Amino acid sequence: MKVAISLIYDGFKEVTKGTTAYHIWMAVLTLLMLFGAYAYYQQIVHGLAVTGMTDRVSWGLYISNFTFLVGVAAAAVMLVLPTYILKDIDFSQAVLIGEGMAVSALVMCLAFVTVDMGGPARLWHIIPVIGVLNWPNSMLAWDVIVLNGYLFFNLTIPFYLLYYHYQGRKPREAVYLPGVLISVFWAVGIHLVTAFLYAGLPARPFWNSALLGPRFLASAFAAGPALIILALAVIRKYTPYSIADKTIDKIAMVVTVAAQINLIMLGSELFKEFYSVTHHSNSAIYMFFGIGNKNALVPWIWTSIGLNLLATVILTINRLRRKHNLLYLACALLFVAIWIDKGMGLIIPGFIPGPWGNIVEYFPTWVEIAVTIGIWALGAFVFTLLVKIAVPIEIGKLRYRGNQSAG
Amino acid sequence: MFFRRKKKNQDACPSVADNPKGAGCSCRQQDGYEQVINKSLDRRSALKGLTAGLLAGSSLLNTSCSITSNEDEKELAALKWEEYFKGNYKLMTDEEKRATVERLERMYALRNGGKINISDKGPVKDVLYGYAFNISKCRGYMDCINACVKENNQDRDSQMQYIRIHEFKKGQMNFEMADDNFYHEVPAEGHFYLGTQCFHCDNPPCVNVCPVEATWKEKDGIVVIDYDWCIGCRYCQAACPYDGRRFNWSAPHVPENEINKDQHYLGNRLRKKGVMEKCTFCIQRSRNGQNPACVEACPTGARIFGNLLDPNSTIRWVLANKKVFRLKEDLGTEPKFWYFMD
Repeated sequence: MKVAISLIYDGFKEVTKGTTAYHIWMAVLTLLMLFGAYAYYQQIVHGLAVTGMTDRVSWGLYISNFTFLVGVAAAAVMLVLPTYILKDIDFSQAVLIGEGMAVSALVMCLAFVTVDMGGPARLWHIIPVIGVLNWPNSMLAWDVIVLNGYLFFNLTIPFYLLYYHYQGRKPREAVYLPGVLISVFWAVGIHLVTAFLYAGLPARPFWNSALLGPRFLASAFAAGPALIILALAVIRKYTPYSIADKTIDKIAMVVTVAAQINLIMLGSELFKEFYSVTHHSNSAIYMFFGIGNKNALVPWIWTSIGLNLLATVILTINRLRRKHNLLYLACALLFVAIWIDKGMGLIIPGFIPGPWGNIVEYFPTWVEIAVTIGIWALGAFVFTLLVKIAVPIEIGKLRYRGNQSAG
Repeated sequence: MFFRRKKKNQDACPSVADNPKGAGCSCRQQDGYEQVINKSLDRRSALKGLTAGLLAGSSLLNTSCSITSNEDEKELAALKWEEYFKGNYKLMTDEEKRATVERLERMYALRNGGKINISDKGPVKDVLYGYAFNISKCRGYMDCINACVKENNQDRDSQMQYIRIHEFKKGQMNFEMADDNFYHEVPAEGHFYLGTQCFHCDNPPCVNVCPVEATWKEKDGIVVIDYDWCIGCRYCQAACPYDGRRFNWSAPHVPENEINKDQHYLGNRLRKKGVMEKCTFCIQRSRNGQNPACVEACPTGARIFGNLLDPNSTIRWVLANKKVFRLKEDLGTEPKFWYFMD
């Protein structure tokens, strides 16, 4: 108990001091969060009418970001698997960072779902016993369970490791390894379940595809580790935490393979939609070419395809990938490409055309954009805090001094 | 006959959203549910309500303390408190159902001074409702829509409508080519009309997906929503292949003198911001043996409603004697809504 209090105390001291750049970064994030909170206040007061969503396109930017971020969260498994199970030492430095990223992504996921609710005050209805959880019928009920479970694992395992490292003790494998094993399967689960949430709706032919789940996994294991590489690059530059080139190169390999598989799946989706055009292809036609004068998604999706191809080419050619600056660029491009593709590019065309073939477009409003930016800032804020505490513990700078100082 | 639909306000100007009529807050008329809802979202009055709720529970303080302005406000706060913590209607006992209905009636009386009648009447034995739509007769007058909006207390500001009338050019029946948002005189030359609404599927995809079981199929086949249990995630709206569901994007607003006071808990009672609603075959009417408002209002007799289990009902006659079909049958939803032609 004393150790935990001391850890919280030391952690608090750690996150409140830092370089000027650190303080500016946190201040900017705080401002963005406040702006998002203000926008959300507007939404609470006036209802979701202040968003661009309508009865025709009833999910928008929030659910798009939620879907994308589930993938980012699931990607932590790419680092967990080899480190704990295959004992691949190169990944171990990155694993805590990956789990920190999973936690931040999950916090964002839950925030995005919450802001999308019409009645956030009634969310207690979803808690079993005091409310009613429609499990196993509703895929959303599954999603609630797997996301919270995943959050639990990604909080407890790193906390256990840090807690022991903080005291200079060696964590016991028998305690954390079972959790690690479960979380590996769990990570695949959260992403498949989220894909099934859409794929299980025959009402929306654009989503009602068996490929949706695998495609989710492939794109997640490209975008997630790509973000981790970028985070590691920053951490390597600004903190004393040393991360070997070899670690980054190995994660880059993961990103490369996932990006390639993702492209193959994209290709087979495009073939199915455009080789024999049925009226179920209308969503894809709308997204890629527009229908009539309705073409809001066209520039987005082509940007995504372009970035995706460019990034995958850079990653695939060994000589280019090994140049770290190019690698970082490719990761950034890929991340943006998949954010578009699996966010707006997946959710919005599901509703366009509507069940009766109407093409009604969706444009997010400033409230939605501000809330979205606020939640991303929240995620970055949480991630920064976690890294700020984890790094000094891991490099041995921050240690429990309870016994000698005693007060 | 003309029917104008207002486009939903796309930009997010708070003042417009708050005051659709452009009137100031203070001089605004008391109308239906809206003001109350705005009030409950104001943090200060929410806290006040909470305090009042606690105080109302204590008879000791009731007499000696005057924190709230009057008895009515205290009672209202206490009722709101109880309403917030009530359970899912589907799982309530008959006594609990009666209690919440009485609370809602009392709350309306305290807020607006008038009396409303909320029924909790359950499904009638040996009744399964079905609906048939005669495409030959519909001429697109939209009297059904107007009657539906009035009967079911739908939001007037966003002009929410459960029924959509699709206008087809003769020679095809392709929904993608049809228009459900037209503003001209009907019937238009060379066109025919077809209405859609909630089809009360026997295998409703919307019911399965709801994470909190706030929507379900009653024994008489009507798919209903507990507006107070719905959390507003809109998964059901994504799951419905028939565009049958509507969401309250802002606080619904019905002028006080236009409120239909004959209500049902699962039907046309006043809704709130952020919950789903949809056609209930006018449950407040149908369970009393009446036709839904759309059937009654249709000037051409295109709409037929009745008990599928009664061999002498008109709906059974239609199913037996007309060549009927249903929409999107390939999805296996088994709608209880048939179309036919003369």
